[in-house]
Amino acid sequence: MLDESKQPSTRGQALRLALIGAILLGAAGAFAYVGGRLSPNRLTQTRMIAAFEALSGDHPGFRRNHAKGICVAGWFESNGQAAGLSKATLFAQGQRVPVIGRFALAGGLPFQADKAATVRSLALQFLPPGGAEWRTGMNNIPVFPVNSAQGFYDQLRAGTPDPATGKPDPAKLQAFMAEHPEAVRAGALIRQRPVSSGFTDATYNSLNAFRFVAATGAAVPVRWAAVPVQPFVAESAEQAASLDKNSLFDDLAAQIHQQALQWKLMVTIGEPDDPTADATLPWPADRRQVEAGTVTLDRISSEDTGPCTDINYDPLVLPPGIEASDDPLLSARSAAYARSFTLRAGEKSEKPPSAVTAAEIQAGAKP
Amino acid sequence: MTPQHTRFPLLSRVLHWLMAAMVLAMLFIGIGMAASVSARYGLLVSIHRPLGIAILVLVVIRLVNRWLSPPPPLPDSIPPVQRLAAHASHILLYTLMVLMPLVGWAMLSAARTPIVLWGSLQLPPILPQDPVLYAWLRFLHTDLGYLLYATFLIHLGAALLHGLIRRDGVFGSMASWRLGNR
Repeated sequence: MLDESKQPSTRGQALRLALIGAILLGAAGAFAYVGGRLSPNRLTQTRMIAAFEALSGDHPGFRRNHAKGICVAGWFESNGQAAGLSKATLFAQGQRVPVIGRFALAGGLPFQADKAATVRSLALQFLPPGGAEWRTGMNNIPVFPVNSAQGFYDQLRAGTPDPATGKPDPAKLQAFMAEHPEAVRAGALIRQRPVSSGFTDATYNSLNAFRFVAATGAAVPVRWAAVPVQPFVAESAEQAASLDKNSLFDDLAAQIHQQALQWKLMVTIGEPDDPTADATLPWPADRRQVEAGTVTLDRISSEDTGPCTDINYDPLVLPPGIEASDDPLLSARSAAYARSFTLRAGEKSEKPPSAVTAAEIQAGAKP
Repeated sequence: MTPQHTRFPLLSRVLHWLMAAMVLAMLFIGIGMAASVSARYGLLVSIHRPLGIAILVLVVIRLVNRWLSPPPPLPDSIPPVQRLAAHASHILLYTLMVLMPLVGWAMLSAARTPIVLWGSLQLPPILPQDPVLYAWLRFLHTDLGYLLYATFLIHLGAALLHGLIRRDGVFGSMASWRLGNR
């Protein structure tokens, strides 16, 4: 029973009700704020993906970036040389683990014509027994074009065609370059890179720094690269001029049908002062390198039938023994990939056939 | 009859407040990380997964505890409609506390994302790989998160009404530091 003598006055009641209302409103507001609902200018996963879609258009079912690709598979064989640096089980000597990979062209256009200057990527998923899985996405550029999520977003926005002219606004590009001098420096390094004739003779770099942690607990900063065993052949002038739509992918399929392709997994060990939080800055060329083993790729398939399509090559899927560095791009990539993966997974029924079809791969198999 | 209401048993109160803190932290981490591309994202994800599983384990312990030592009865002054509302909102809270971690676990299973709790400790997948199912569960996970937060707000509002307006002892039956039940 209620004790009437303890009941506050009507005015007191109203104040108490108002207090309860204020607490509930505050709690709801805090939730909306943390979810980004009250700050339209905050860079969220949704806005990042929207920037890709504004630049490249809507392509349901495809990755929002590196949209044009092909699946490969094979294995990684460790030579044991990285085992002292990282306790990751896949680096144990003689360890042979299955690999599912994906070659792709950067950008959100799934049907773009192959061009040598377009950034090429190789993503790998290592599947050692026991589940200590490792996923990595690498690119054939020496440094990342930007060093932050905001920089990446600003670059996408600056490069998006103006609806009136159909071309990016030069003033916006100028403003981007003024605001991001690190991107200007990185862009120069990227343009100077030697461009190889195809996917098979390109070097793919992790770009972001990570940490290798040994069984002893000792940690070192690292970057890694897949360096081709196939000899480097520079892109020829005719090739640059006469590329037809899927020539890079067709060449890859033809070569892999002929013989297995191999890349050395080279780990570069950073010194304590080397930048780990800025992927636009190269490390000095004299840094110690360790060859951890060899990636062999002997199977290829279209994305429409291949095993890589349902894999999100999230750079934060790391085994014990490999850890993220303080590079903010790792979180940014992981977050944006997650959003892209969710969207394209939900659009699977709307997805048209990929640019490189299963029939095209089959045709490439014939001598 | 006195306005003093029988308190919840001590273990029930400890579990309630511990889980209140964990579930709220979980909801804020979840809504924050799903919107984020910041450097905090990776850390938030690495907290979200083990914390969610800890909540799943605790909610099972809590349900067993609730069965062994039932909550004190509501005061007679509470009208039947409000009793029904109280009962229903508690069923919803428990259901969502069980469902949220299970949907999270299931969606990562369908996506074949390794579910790392700590170091080499991983959860096994509980669903076959299925991206379409993943996408559906991923959106469901967000919707259930909003529903859980809304249910929490109703729960908080009702608790404050009992504590500040009705002052019928219901608030004190959970918000008390005393050791005994009375």
